[in-house]
Amino acid sequence: MTKMSGAQALLESLERQKVNTIFGILGGAILPVYDELNYHKKIRHILARHEQCAAHEAEGYARASGRVGVCMATSGPGATNLVTGIADAYMDSVPIVALTGQVPSSGVNTSYMIGRDAFQEADIIGIVTAVTKYSYQPRHISEIPSMVNNAFYLAGTGRPGPVLIDMPKNVQTGVADVEFTNKISLRGYKLITEPKPQKISEASDLLAKAERPIILVGGGAITSGASHEIVQMSDLLMAPVATTFMGKGAFPETHPMSLGSVGMHGNPAANRLIGEADVLLAVGTRFSDRATANLDTFASHAKKIQIEIDNAEINKNIEVDVAILADAKIAMRVLLQATKEKLQKGEGKAWTKRVKEAKEQLSPLLKDRPRDIVPKHLLAALRELLPDNGIVTTEVGQNQMWSALYLKALKPRTFISSGGLGTMGFGFPAAIGAKVACPDRPVVDIAGDGSFIMSEQELACSVTEDIPVIAIVLNNSVLGMVAQWQRTLYDRRYNAVKLGKSPDFVKLADAYGAQGFRANSIEEFQKAVKTALASKVTTVIDVPISSECDVVPFVPPGCGLPQQMGDY
Amino acid sequence: MEAGKTKIISVLVENKPGVLHMIANLFRRRNFNIESITVGPTEQKDIARMTITVNEGEKTVEQVIKQVAKQIDVLKVAELEQGNYVMRELALIKVKVDDSKERSDIINFVNVFRGRIIDVSTDSITVEITGAPDKIDAFLNLMRTFGIMELARTGITALQRGAKSIRIDE
Ligand SMILES: Cc1ncc(C[n+]2csc(CCOP(=O)(O)OP(=O)(O)O)c2C)c(N)n1
Repeated sequence: MTKMSGAQALLESLERQKVNTIFGILGGAILPVYDELNYHKKIRHILARHEQCAAHEAEGYARASGRVGVCMATSGPGATNLVTGIADAYMDSVPIVALTGQVPSSGVNTSYMIGRDAFQEADIIGIVTAVTKYSYQPRHISEIPSMVNNAFYLAGTGRPGPVLIDMPKNVQTGVADVEFTNKISLRGYKLITEPKPQKISEASDLLAKAERPIILVGGGAITSGASHEIVQMSDLLMAPVATTFMGKGAFPETHPMSLGSVGMHGNPAANRLIGEADVLLAVGTRFSDRATANLDTFASHAKKIQIEIDNAEINKNIEVDVAILADAKIAMRVLLQATKEKLQKGEGKAWTKRVKEAKEQLSPLLKDRPRDIVPKHLLAALRELLPDNGIVTTEVGQNQMWSALYLKALKPRTFISSGGLGTMGFGFPAAIGAKVACPDRPVVDIAGDGSFIMSEQELACSVTEDIPVIAIVLNNSVLGMVAQWQRTLYDRRYNAVKLGKSPDFVKLADAYGAQGFRANSIEEFQKAVKTALASKVTTVIDVPISSECDVVPFVPPGCGLPQQMGDY
Repeated sequence: MEAGKTKIISVLVENKPGVLHMIANLFRRRNFNIESITVGPTEQKDIARMTITVNEGEKTVEQVIKQVAKQIDVLKVAELEQGNYVMRELALIKVKVDDSKERSDIINFVNVFRGRIIDVSTDSITVEITGAPDKIDAFLNLMRTFGIMELARTGITALQRGAKSIRIDE
């Protein structure tokens, strides 16, 4: 046991978790921790310019690296500014630990105590209960090491998610005997990773007999690192693979059996074939409404197998025939073996032929439509310039859906986007976080002008902290996706979607000390990207595009996957 | 309350601050309706038992149980087997008394329902009654004719019948 302050206990505990980066903004209630940071040089603090972005940066770091991301803020407004980022991490199961300062829980001047509406007091634990996996507030310094251990363990295992540690100021400054341990004390946390043999047997029976199998891959497959097993399963069964939006990257989209992503703006071939399959193997997906569209018509001819780590996701949205509660990678490995033993090397040719035909006929890349020529070609051009392991983040809206449709992801953890919460302003800070985690790989944020404005101030962070990322602004001068809804579903009654020509993104980049380019053609775009990739400075590439470009296909709300609108 | 549709979920949780908030918040957020919830310590002092009654279909109850089980501070959760549990609720009822005829009528009713009179004043009687909620409802209906001045009900608490139990073994 050693005598030390709570702030020191916190930082030593973080070091024991091998934390090397904290994204944050300081303030009165967290000052003792920041002061202590001076003595912990192994931890790099990156000064965000808004706490929401600090949380997204931690998310980007976590999603690119697979490690737990850490963000930090002061009490009150600092803590509440984190909330969107924490909610985003919750929806997309991203492992982050958020540290917040809090007014003292006890002290000499009792008017500053928790519960008395002290200056910059916010009940952050109460506020984030619905969007965290768990939260802690140490009442005594000696509790800190085990709380930090538990927090990282909870955030990073099972179905990952955000955990918050709220640090009353008196607990940061006070001094006490502290003992460090590696023990995890969480008797209520039940982690099941090994599949039940009975379930594997049932699932392999279905798969071995399937005539038209299809694999649907979600974000859980990326979390558990099941990509390799999924490729093997696809090869074994000659099964096409569709991903959900969150699963993009889990299966190489250049693979002949890749169908791209399903859903409201999914790839037409994926949306169509899911409805034709006789067995659906779902790996690490919660069947979100954006992926399934109308539940009644979703994979309605298929027996369904679901591999899932979170028991509460089984039978929540979709009733399945076989549920395998387990880690995706472990389960897939066992299931592969079991299926291999049962499989009779049959024909399967008709299905393979159908897959090939559907991909050719229904590919959104094939038919040229002058109106959407820009995003489509732009993203194809970007793919050629980016290395396979280059990381792409996106904002939210059309830019995001075009990226999902037209930018092929080849490796897990290279496509990072806000899927569940759909948070505009996510992509740019997430890119910064990803770049910190993977400094040797190029990181590109594909943005809409509306979203980019929401986090634009992080250009300052990127420039001053020397974290060079590239933002490509698909600048349609409108809140494009909402404009598309007003165009298609509200009979062109546009309201509140025009952004106009402000700001000038090239000048904006310049003002922040970043480099800015405007690209009016694919050639100019290619040139700008090449320069950005070679120059290692933060770059904004403004690409003016038409404000009337739609994302097609489009499954309108309430419709089923087969009812896609738009020719493609 | 539709008779027979009520389901009782027994939840063992860490006996510490914030747990009730977490559970109540979960029900609100997931759009599950709680009919009643009672909380109290168990024979193990670091563990509390929550008894939650819900009036939901089977699918929703399955979701309720899974979502509750997922909470880190929840140690065990189970639906009590239909028809195989004992359940009680306690009510305190202050009834208005206008004359001695009413007073003796009330005392008679209390005896029939095996209640207890725990406080008396010149113009009121306070009754304690324990039982299944429908028994309490029936008693309350009778008391309404006299006039109920104040009422406090605890909500249901329940245990599985027989030797089978929902507990954490050390
Ligand atoms: C924080 C937030 N506010 C509002 C929305 C609703 N919304 C979804 S897409 C969108 C428009 C996005 O516009 P832009 O970033 O320019 O991208 P585009 O669709 O034009 O590519 C809006 C407002 C949201 N998703 N997130």
